[in-house]
Amino acid sequence: MANLVMFAAARHAAGRGHDDVSGTTLGAVLDHAVARYGDAFADVLSFSRIWVNGEQADSHDVAVTRDDEIAILPPISGG
Amino acid sequence: MTTLDSAPVRARPRDSRLPDTSGCATGDDWIGLSPDPLDLGTATRWASIASCGAVVAFEGIVREHSHDGDGVTAIDYEVHSRYAVNRMAQIAAAARRQWPELGRIAVWHRTGLVPLTESSVVIAVSAPHRISAFDAARFCIDLVKQCVPVWKHEHRGVDAQPMLDGADITDVTAAARAWLAREQAR
Repeated sequence: MANLVMFAAARHAAGRGHDDVSGTTLGAVLDHAVARYGDAFADVLSFSRIWVNGEQADSHDVAVTRDDEIAILPPISGG
Repeated sequence: MTTLDSAPVRARPRDSRLPDTSGCATGDDWIGLSPDPLDLGTATRWASIASCGAVVAFEGIVREHSHDGDGVTAIDYEVHSRYAVNRMAQIAAAARRQWPELGRIAVWHRTGLVPLTESSVVIAVSAPHRISAFDAARFCIDLVKQCVPVWKHEHRGVDAQPMLDGADITDVTAAARAWLAREQAR
């Protein structure tokens, strides 16, 4: 289980900005999120960056717990 | 985390009206997010100190057109606030490493709905001389656009759509290295 936070196009595709998603690895959580939110979310995920607790995730094998935040960051557009 | 109101009292003009803002003012860096209008004059006055002969202030404002066409009436700025302030502080720190002579650095970003012509971002940098003030201000705004988790949602009438033509978010160290390499290649 991990706390999934989603922004911009990812939030639109999922229909919500955050969710608790089951899984003990990053990859498992993302797989469950795709199963829950569908193809539109999978499409956004394909061009988004993934952070775990504010750091770029190097591998989908990284272990996560309910205390971890997984953030889905589509391309940014600040300024 | 403190608020913008916690800027050193001696550094604030008496008549300044500061927005209710999350962020931090630590010594010579003033980093903040605000749902309220950003005042470029406040940033410029705060950055003006006796040891610096140059202040460069940049203000990004909401305009009526974008890559997706005309008719923009406002932009809603979505922010991952848990990390945005930290990223902005990292950018100021990277600027200081590159230009140790810098005086003060303000990096502010607006959040929420911003109407046409209002500021979405403010950068103010002071330095003893103009060249490093100009370079550092440009460095800061360029890295804000590459490293800070912020997303625009353009409003056209009643529609609001996330912009999809942004940049992949980059860590500050890598973006700073690339920025300096580009400058050296010019």
